[in-house]
Amino acid sequence: MPPDDVATPAPVEIDSIESAGAALAGQGYLADRALSLVVDLAVVLESPLLLEGEAGVGKTEVARALAAALKARLIRLQCHEGIDVHHAVYDWDYARQLLALRAAEGGVDEGELFDRRFLLRRPLLEALESEERVVLLIDEIDRADDEFEAFLLEFLADFAVTVPELGTIAARRRPIVILTSNRTRELHDALKRRCLYHWIDYPNAERERAIVRSRLPGVPEAIAARVVEAVGKLRELGDLYKLPGVGETIVWAQALLALGDAASLEETLGAALKVHEDVLRVRERGVLDGV
Amino acid sequence: MSEPALATARDGDTGRLAAAGDGVTGRLGALVAELRARGARVGVGELLAAHRALDAIDASARPDARLALRAVLSCDHADLARFDAAFVAVFGDGRAPGRDTPLSELGAIERAALPSMGMPDAAGAPAAPDAERVPAAYSAVELLREKDFARYTAAETVAARELIARLARRHPRRRSRRMHRSHRRTHTPDLRGTVRASLRTGGEPVYRRWRGPTTRPRPVVLVCDVSGSMSPYARMLLQYTQASVAARRRVEAFAFGTRLTRITFELTGRDHDRALERAAAAVTDFSGGTRIGEALAELNRVHGRRVGRGAVVVILSDGWDRGDPEQLAAEMARLRRAAHRVVWLNPLAAHPDYEPLTRGMRAAVPHTDELLAGNSIASLEQLADRLEAM
Repeated sequence: MPPDDVATPAPVEIDSIESAGAALAGQGYLADRALSLVVDLAVVLESPLLLEGEAGVGKTEVARALAAALKARLIRLQCHEGIDVHHAVYDWDYARQLLALRAAEGGVDEGELFDRRFLLRRPLLEALESEERVVLLIDEIDRADDEFEAFLLEFLADFAVTVPELGTIAARRRPIVILTSNRTRELHDALKRRCLYHWIDYPNAERERAIVRSRLPGVPEAIAARVVEAVGKLRELGDLYKLPGVGETIVWAQALLALGDAASLEETLGAALKVHEDVLRVRERGVLDGV
Repeated sequence: MSEPALATARDGDTGRLAAAGDGVTGRLGALVAELRARGARVGVGELLAAHRALDAIDASARPDARLALRAVLSCDHADLARFDAAFVAVFGDGRAPGRDTPLSELGAIERAALPSMGMPDAAGAPAAPDAERVPAAYSAVELLREKDFARYTAAETVAARELIARLARRHPRRRSRRMHRSHRRTHTPDLRGTVRASLRTGGEPVYRRWRGPTTRPRPVVLVCDVSGSMSPYARMLLQYTQASVAARRRVEAFAFGTRLTRITFELTGRDHDRALERAAAAVTDFSGGTRIGEALAELNRVHGRRVGRGAVVVILSDGWDRGDPEQLAAEMARLRRAAHRVVWLNPLAAHPDYEPLTRGMRAAVPHTDELLAGNSIASLEQLADRLEAM
């Protein structure tokens, strides 16, 4: 039995922009005022939030930080093409049903066959039936197709699903819903209009340094400043195929920290740039000279 | 009509807050109208949500109120710019549009709730006044199909529209990961259907059900060279593009001369002529020469996500290029890796003795999957056949 003298921090309540920003910062996610504001609105208005932005700016991290701050359960639904109700909401455990059919002698009443114990609960149904507070992260919604978006629209309107054999199941408390998209295709208008919208941009140099410091406690200021300056120069280049995101900055700083004085920025370029032509272009133009 | 939440008394003078509420309501209605005028689609639901959002934060701080309204009223990246312009227009100098129209008698909420319709331009005629209806005789249609676009008369351009519209409905398809019930036996059993069917036979799965793959339209990206020499062909291909965009949503259209312009949004809408006019207005460099490599570079970098996921890219250009052929080759290589297939349409290729000798074509042809002519309807039909076969 662990001793009770270490008090577990109570879940924060988000009711203002400042408290939203503080809650996220407490989990190591440094948000700017605009993002804190939309998170506050999403919590207070109980409205879904659609986050778009370049790859690697921290769209998924917002949901993680928010769930940790609110001491809520994070339920994640990763969308892919062809995702349908059976991947997202529920499915029946057919193997057990067939075995139960065999085990029962003679005929079986349909009501017994479609009983709760044969129901496999997938993320959306778990979010609805959860007793505790839930942050529902629907990740990369642009990978799903139109049929799933239509279903999701209905789901976000009522927060209830209908299982034909069991009836309608409604949410006990409305979860906080965060959707992320990489903009590989246009989402349906009705879905976009139902959500609050926010575009997450790359952070400025000062905030990016603060992010590196908060994610890698103990990193020397010199390394953080060097990496942030280098990434800033790469982003300014304008003709790279894939711009490095915040995640890449952190990994680059980790790489330099791990290798110590032995490594230079140019040697560890692979931590930030993932396309061969980009690496060659940066090296031959000497973009990182003097950093 | 009940007053929005902002006007309910919280603490203080009810009358004063109600008056302030009217002012906010009017302003928000004006903001929404301004957004609609710029092409954003905002409904009444968003307007009510905007009121609730202002209620939830401290609406007296202008930057916070602006951010809150932006979060509610915009729904994608393009809307952010429109919102900024609309906000400045309404709240920057307090000007509210539509003071003198008959609609100003309506309250602001009613005005915001009116559907916005595009009225057809009274001055523009739908067809050229000397256009004759071409008789639907077999031989006339055949002639139209084979004739080169550069030699079309105005009447023939109009007559070809119907053929092109029919052609544009054909579309490449690809297999999807989604499955549906199949009547043939495949290798994926449909357990749900099998269990249901077994209820008929007392629990024994006698009737077995199967699931098979579905197909869905493959995205097509059309990139048109609109420089001087290409203009008769580009016009017909833009008609083809407009018909494709009108038929479904998985087509992206770009035009380039020296710069690349995305014209998918301008080409939507049922009115054929206005769509083409809007697209023509959006492209600003119609006759300035061509830099294909730079245009493709922008396509790869800025719009790369639309091209990926297995799209078929169709490029219309004669290859006369002022830019750097090495850049063109590199960008074509990149495009080929990202896209499913790359098709090049060059009207010069209709000539039986054609060989790609220009620098631009020599750089590009090794990276294309098909080289077609695209200079007549028959050639576009060939394109449609090839697209469906991909």
